[in-house]
Amino acid sequence: MKKARFYGQGLPGMEGLELPGKLIVIEGTDGVGRSTHVNLLHDWLESKGKGVLVTGLTRSPLVGEGLKAAKETKYLGHLTMTLFYATDFADRLEHEIIPALRAGFVVIADRYLFTLLARDKVRGADSQWLRDLYGFTLIPDAVFYLSIDVDTLIPRVLRAGKLNYWEAGMDLGLADNLFDSFREYQSRLLGEFDAMTKEFAITVIDSKGSINSVQTKLRKKIEKLFKGTTP
Amino acid sequence: MSKPFTNLKTNHDFPGLLIICEGIDGSGKSTQLHLLKTWLQQQEYDVFFTEWNSSQLVKKTTKIGKKKKLLTPTTFSLIHATDFADRLEHAIIPPLKAGMIVLADRYVFTAFSRDTVRGVNREWVRNLYNFAVRPDLAFYFRPTLETALERILLGRSELKYYEAGMDLGLSHDPLESFRLFQERIMKEYDLLVEEWGLQVIDSNKTIEEMQSEVRESVKPFLKTRPIRRSE
Repeated sequence: MKKARFYGQGLPGMEGLELPGKLIVIEGTDGVGRSTHVNLLHDWLESKGKGVLVTGLTRSPLVGEGLKAAKETKYLGHLTMTLFYATDFADRLEHEIIPALRAGFVVIADRYLFTLLARDKVRGADSQWLRDLYGFTLIPDAVFYLSIDVDTLIPRVLRAGKLNYWEAGMDLGLADNLFDSFREYQSRLLGEFDAMTKEFAITVIDSKGSINSVQTKLRKKIEKLFKGTTP
Repeated sequence: MSKPFTNLKTNHDFPGLLIICEGIDGSGKSTQLHLLKTWLQQQEYDVFFTEWNSSQLVKKTTKIGKKKKLLTPTTFSLIHATDFADRLEHAIIPPLKAGMIVLADRYVFTAFSRDTVRGVNREWVRNLYNFAVRPDLAFYFRPTLETALERILLGRSELKYYEAGMDLGLSHDPLESFRLFQERIMKEYDLLVEEWGLQVIDSNKTIEEMQSEVRESVKPFLKTRPIRRSE
């Protein structure tokens, strides 16, 4: 059986833990269709008879509510936000993801460490400090990055009416309007994602095509993960 | 853009002065800090006071975590770091930039000792707080364990779960757990004294004796720093 592996020192009390489940991470910026693909994968895996748990960012019972309220104050500093998210992430790892993996579930993470690293890096945090901080992170079985260029992304986001303060990175003061800020912020985020693909063995999935074609690519890769295991 | 991070290992270059105090509950540190504050204000210095675990932004989350016993060693450590980051960004760095004297009741060394006793990796927690401002003066009030226990338990009907270190499973009896927990924390503090050059004040002395030692140590800084006085 597979043992838990971490990027750094891991979590106290979880060394050598056996995890029969699989952790699949779907990364990608807002508007790339991430949640749609997560839902499709969820249904597909369940139809194959697998136990599936979907988890996202900032939904933990510990931090979810407090972080939402803190963001609304517009008083939240960058460093504080980084650590708030790190707390949320650790809580979900310990109380949601790892227990599900122990019970043999397939866990689909709708964003994971990499979104947090990209966001924090864009806000000026030190790379090494971030990597040390997140040394408690469990290494996933697979990470898929839904890649898109900013020009294809923008119309999708506009159509979905999702151009908002945080997704445009307005807290960074990059531009005086949502549109220009969004373009600049997303370009920087995409740059950070590209830079991380090698370091973290991330599989890049070109997501310019239709939902169907992207989903097919994902399923092919995921099927390989289950080869050799009983369905 | 200003430097995103200050660093615990190098002296800050703000005009203000950062004085912190450490010690277990019942060591008399809060009384000493209060007396120091009074003395400084009498000389018309601008003083800013900040206390461990007191950020309004983070309070709700810590409260939920403690009440529902959701906190693990890792999330306990991270939520306190989040609280500290918020106070650093709003209550420590701005007054230091403004040339004020900042007095902090507990600082990063509280996390270094407590979190380590809870089983968190020693190096990880030090790196976590690497963004903190290095204090100009750090006092450690060291009582004997018996003296501290006597002071803290006087007039107390019960000890809280995390306060007594009940999450460590040292003993089912809150009082015995508290005692063992504090004893371990004191051992960690002794290591920190060497590592970070904390100035030890013997808490078995009288209040006046301790305060006189504290004031003598502060005096040289008042002569050499361009500290703001009230109008």
